[in-house]
Amino acid sequence: MQLESMYQEIILDHYRNPHHKGLREPYEAEVHHVNPTCGDEVTLRVHLEGAGDDARVADVSYDSMGCSISQASASVMSDLVIGRSVKEAMVIGDEFLALMQSRGQAEPDEDVLEDAVAFAGVSKYPARVKCALLAWMAWKDATARALGEAS
Amino acid sequence: MTLLPEEIKKDFPLLARTVRGGRPLVYLDSGATSQKPRSVLDAEREFYERHNAAVHRGAHLLAEEATDAFEGARATIAGFIGAVPGEIVFTKNATEAINLVAYSLSNAATAGPQAERFRVGPGDEIVVSEMEHHANLVPWQQLCQRTGATLRWFGITEDGRLDLAELDALVNERTRLVALTHQSNVLGTVPPVEQITARARQVGALVLLDAAQSVPHQPVDVAALDVDFLAFSGHKMLGPSGVGVLWGRRELLEVMPPFITGGSMIEVVRMEGSTFLPPPQRFEAGVPMTAQAVGLAAACDYLSELGMDRVHAHEEALTAYTLEQVGDIPGVRIIGPRSTRARGGTVSFVVDDLHPHDVGQVLDELGVAVRVGHHCAWPICRRFGIPATTRASFYVYNTLADVDALADGIRHAQKFFGTA
Repeated sequence: MQLESMYQEIILDHYRNPHHKGLREPYEAEVHHVNPTCGDEVTLRVHLEGAGDDARVADVSYDSMGCSISQASASVMSDLVIGRSVKEAMVIGDEFLALMQSRGQAEPDEDVLEDAVAFAGVSKYPARVKCALLAWMAWKDATARALGEAS
Repeated sequence: MTLLPEEIKKDFPLLARTVRGGRPLVYLDSGATSQKPRSVLDAEREFYERHNAAVHRGAHLLAEEATDAFEGARATIAGFIGAVPGEIVFTKNATEAINLVAYSLSNAATAGPQAERFRVGPGDEIVVSEMEHHANLVPWQQLCQRTGATLRWFGITEDGRLDLAELDALVNERTRLVALTHQSNVLGTVPPVEQITARARQVGALVLLDAAQSVPHQPVDVAALDVDFLAFSGHKMLGPSGVGVLWGRRELLEVMPPFITGGSMIEVVRMEGSTFLPPPQRFEAGVPMTAQAVGLAAACDYLSELGMDRVHAHEEALTAYTLEQVGDIPGVRIIGPRSTRARGGTVSFVVDDLHPHDVGQVLDELGVAVRVGHHCAWPICRRFGIPATTRASFYVYNTLADVDALADGIRHAQKFFGTA
């Protein structure tokens, strides 16, 4: 059955026990993103250390409401970016975006995407791709704003 | 049941296809758009193959035939809702029909003395409800923003009915127009139109009904309803997409300024300015959606042959069965009235600890097509403190077995996600 290919155990685990959830201080930028077709929402904060090319993701905290895919994706995303340089994290973000736009055709790189490879099955369902990308888009937006404020 | 849905299904080519690994399709999303019977598809094809031309212009035989087909469609559709043809304005859909009235009201500010009764401005009020589809909410928010008028609204009771406790205060001498759904696309609720219209008449307010979910599913007679405007879409009532209707009282349409302007709607054009045709042409700029209008008339004929009383009774039986079969599943909560009284065949629900998207995904895997989300009526979700709902909506081709498939699918989703 196809359901298992979308709802892999990793995704269900992150959904039931999301990592880094809850809004925390300090932060340089906070954004609120919604998926207007279904009403899923995320409020996300980014805390950076350093500036310019040396900027590092010190913390990502969020409060969100939505389906298992959007919730698990926020959890996996925060795991992947916290502790990394903004530059490295953006590369992972681009890799994840490419995977989600692949319509199930891409071979995900587990070294780069770690738990996020589990979302490969989601890319076959165009209606759910936005769910998986919601938190990533919020994080990118918040990071751009935080960098803008820092400079 | 009063209809024979298994027989009716045979008229709908799409319902014979399979989905997701060869499963039969269980289509429970007619509230979003209905499927089309062969007679509608044939009517459109026959128009294009035999009579296609631009209507109301040209001196050739085809133009004459196309015009006859178009105006014949108008007469059929008028008959379907108890109106006269001159009161039927073709629009793209119900959304455009509602926008037509909203823009006509703000255009009245500069349209001369005969349009005076449509003018709205600071101090005037427009009344809607919390259960409106965005199509009957956002155009009024925008009208208020353009004109300085104030938007007010009826709330929703806990059991999904319109809260009329403040009727006399909400609809008052400042009210210019009451715009109300004739059947909620989420809750299924049919509001007490008579009571609200009576109050509107006392204070001289206009009444517009969003009938996108009522005209397809119950007998509608505009004369009996005693409202001023009624909007509906063709694609939700077995007809093609791209055609909808604004019905309006003749004496109102006569003095309303146009919304969309251009060719086909003018009387005399000079470089300095133009005058406009009488309704309905005044509101139908450009070459119209002719084949679609012909298709919609074929849909009206198909529904008339079934009988709208029987269509309504059929959906009532399906709704009663769903309220039982789905409503009684542990962990499932119906959002909307729990009885079939003053209620149509749209059933929204939430499942404990399961997001509607995930419920919908499991159902889709089993071949059951439902809608998930806020259904273009976001304030309803806010009212009930939920992010979204799963919605099943019925039509003439649905069977009790379709409802069983829905209930089985919900139980399967609960099992899959380990919530029950």
